[in-house]
Amino acid sequence: MLGRLGFDSLPFYSAVAFSGASVTVLGGLVVFLLVTYFGKWRYFWNEWLTSLDHKRIGIMYIALALVMLVRGFVDALMMRSQQAIALNNDGYLAPEHFDQVFSSHGTIMIFFMAMPFLTGLINIVVPQQLGARDVAFPFMNSISLWLTASGAALVMVSLVIGKFSTAGWTGYPPYSGAEYSPGVGVDYWIWALLVSGVGSTMTGINFVVTIIKCRAPKMRLMQMPLFTWTTLCTSLLMSFAFPALTVVAAMLGLDRILGFHFFTNDAGGNMMNYANLIWIWGHPEVYILILPAFGVFSEVTATFSQKRLFGYRSLVYATAVITILSFTVWLHHFFTMGSSPNVNAVFGIATMIIAVPTGVKIFDWVFTMYKGRIIFHPAMLFTIGFLITFVLGGVSGVLLAIPPADFLMHNSTFLVAHFHNVLIPGAVFGYFAGFQYWFPKATGFTLDRAWGVRTFWFWIIGFYLAFMPLYALGFMGMSRRMERYEMAEWQPFLILAAVGALSVLIGIFCQGMQLYVSIRDREKNKDITGDPYNARTLEWQTSSPPAEYNFAKVPDVQDIDAFWDMKQRGVAYAPAQDYEDIHLPRNTGIGVFLGGLGFLIGFAVTWYIWWLVALGFLGVLACLITRSSQDHTYEIIPAAEIEAHEKARIKALEAHKPTPGDFWS
Amino acid sequence: MKHFISKPFITGITLLGLLLVLVGCGLQTSPVADPKGPIAILERDLLYTAFFIMLIVVIPVYFMVFWFIWRYRAKGGTGEYKPDWHKSSIIEVVVWSIPAAIIITLGYLVWTYSYKLDPYKKIATPENTINVQVVAQDWKWLFIYPELGIASVNELAFPVDKAISLQLTSDTVMNSFLIPALGGQIYAMAGMTSQLNLQANETGRFRGRNTQYSGDGFSMQFFDAVAMTQEEFDEWVANAKSQPKPLSTVTYGQLAQPTIGHDVEYFSWVKLGLYEEILKKYARRPETTLRRHPPATTQPACEGDTPC
Repeated sequence: MLGRLGFDSLPFYSAVAFSGASVTVLGGLVVFLLVTYFGKWRYFWNEWLTSLDHKRIGIMYIALALVMLVRGFVDALMMRSQQAIALNNDGYLAPEHFDQVFSSHGTIMIFFMAMPFLTGLINIVVPQQLGARDVAFPFMNSISLWLTASGAALVMVSLVIGKFSTAGWTGYPPYSGAEYSPGVGVDYWIWALLVSGVGSTMTGINFVVTIIKCRAPKMRLMQMPLFTWTTLCTSLLMSFAFPALTVVAAMLGLDRILGFHFFTNDAGGNMMNYANLIWIWGHPEVYILILPAFGVFSEVTATFSQKRLFGYRSLVYATAVITILSFTVWLHHFFTMGSSPNVNAVFGIATMIIAVPTGVKIFDWVFTMYKGRIIFHPAMLFTIGFLITFVLGGVSGVLLAIPPADFLMHNSTFLVAHFHNVLIPGAVFGYFAGFQYWFPKATGFTLDRAWGVRTFWFWIIGFYLAFMPLYALGFMGMSRRMERYEMAEWQPFLILAAVGALSVLIGIFCQGMQLYVSIRDREKNKDITGDPYNARTLEWQTSSPPAEYNFAKVPDVQDIDAFWDMKQRGVAYAPAQDYEDIHLPRNTGIGVFLGGLGFLIGFAVTWYIWWLVALGFLGVLACLITRSSQDHTYEIIPAAEIEAHEKARIKALEAHKPTPGDFWS
Repeated sequence: MKHFISKPFITGITLLGLLLVLVGCGLQTSPVADPKGPIAILERDLLYTAFFIMLIVVIPVYFMVFWFIWRYRAKGGTGEYKPDWHKSSIIEVVVWSIPAAIIITLGYLVWTYSYKLDPYKKIATPENTINVQVVAQDWKWLFIYPELGIASVNELAFPVDKAISLQLTSDTVMNSFLIPALGGQIYAMAGMTSQLNLQANETGRFRGRNTQYSGDGFSMQFFDAVAMTQEEFDEWVANAKSQPKPLSTVTYGQLAQPTIGHDVEYFSWVKLGLYEEILKKYARRPETTLRRHPPATTQPACEGDTPC
């Protein structure tokens, strides 16, 4: 009846597992009780969970990302502290635990921290940058969110019921096959990826269509803000790369559940095919994570240098080149698989070529600061931190792209240091910069700057302390994923790395404090103008937070920095005369139900509860039939209401005239 | 605003500097920076060359970033303010062409060195080469010396003046074989053979390990590569030959059982074609059912030429 599920699946077998489970359950319980105590369930359901408003969906994505950032970081802290003490002993984590920890750290950080974070930023900002009122497919957007959330929920549930995968975030077979990993861990991993991967594919499609079809009528492609450009490229990558992940995870699932032999050791299976397929998704994935952050850096550098972006066309072409090349380099993840020298050399050179457009971008940002007026807002600090740190990651990346040099470094902590050196400054700092930058747009009040500055310093110092020693350890021959080690000379470096992790912990604490202080002082920090930084792109023309419909009138775009241009011409806040009714998508709970069903199906397959799987698919069918037979999926906001709202805003603006320079004086 | 940038900034830079010094000290004697074989030396030199070539771009970036944020800071900066300046053909040409030139140079290095340091390429004449067949197991390494008819576990011995030519496979999940001081790395995969050719320039013990995560005993799956003089090697061989245990199908089956932190072990005799047998175990056999290791009991204890 319950498949593999039994009482022994509960985490009573070890203290570590039990405490992880307790924290998860208690955390969930506290949230549940708080919402119940304040009687906010109806509010959350009506205003948030069922919302199809891209801005609210974006905020929910970021909330998910922040929760998962904490979870993923706890994993990191556990690994760093384990390795700091595990010289010739097992430390406090048995191999079985340590292996789950590094697997969930990677899985969570990539799929459930970075992906929701960037998707959240894109959701909040891109439609506004386009002068649009919503995304192309608002209902699909809601499904994407809830499928991503249910994938994250599967990973969290694995803490409480059963175990997570020990096969790392890439799940290489044959280790991840049924023969060597018979438990439920890898199944949890597969279904978390499958469920959320469908969500990511749909997000990609959604934003490609949104950007191509929903721009303000006069906005040409080469007038789009850089963040929108990088989103377009990322969305294309999502649409084309994620299907490969879905296929490879499904194939591994077939191997495991139905005894197929795609990737097994024997009977004609070949694990090399898996390595190819996962990295055909996996390398573009790196650019999926990084390109939106590049977009953020472009916006932030221009805004806080109070200057037009240098080399707009170069930046656009560089982004496009990276997008295309990202599909041509996947083999560099396994130079050591024994390919012939010409195969390795071709992929090595292709990899290096990506360094050229990336280098160009760096120079373009640097020259944007040149002859500017640089304001050290936390978002700008993260951008500067990115510039100087990412260069190092790029250098170590090119070193790893040289096949014979890679032979020395493959699978070592040098590699671990490299990809953290690329993804922390290149992606995470970008998301943080975006968070600091667009927070007032999403919420209506600015973030506390002092705590933001502290966040930055603890993060960047922590980053250097944690990962520079790992570069050195790679030279000293340390492999990644070691639960214990026998080389005494490694230990000082690992202790230093643990200190770095502690510094990042303080950084995360500062982020929490920043949120707390800012919410506490929200009245004082109110963003009345909607344009707190004297910024350049269209999202700053709307109020903070924007009205449900974003723009009462579709903006008239005439230049690259459309809003800046409007401000120069004095038409940025010009009152309109003839307001019209606006159609907006009506809220629906079907996205939430589909996410819930996705979770149910994933959970049921993981535990072999086949009747529940069937029931889950029936539920999906029912949801789809219900949705397709609904007639009134849109509601109308009458012109009078819009007019009243806009007039009130203009009045407020007159009382508080936006004065450039207000923010930093 | 100024104090946000100056004080912590200087502290940060100082910390970074200290860190780099520390890193430098640790690196000097590390196996990658101080390699003991010709392949590893070439690989390291390639790494360093590429690094120094890239400094051509890295140093100006650092210089400009720090200079610009100082000179053009909003509070107290002395640089002029040109809010509409956004293009310069000269800068565009330079920032595209210099990285491109560097990548062309590095690309040339990649191409030539990929051939030069192809792990499959033999690096000595057959008479100056020791052939070793390597089998990755859970969680140890088996080294079979087919010409000498002996085998060892977790110790790869070879005379320093000869090259070693390794053939590798796995009798478990994917493993990756690396001796950092000697260079080169290659995957070992079941049912397949990969190759690696190495050499040591001086005698010594060099740590080698599996770098591809493979389960509970992964962290303990290391071995020593021991480069010795010819006399020492002859002694080592004689010692192995005097050991009581042969490596037959039966004893191999026992050895292949998962163990963690397996001690060094020698086998005085190895069944002819054992390596090929291990390979064939994973050959295409549609009737095979899932099982971790073939049950040793179903195999005959001794076959043909076995002196057991």
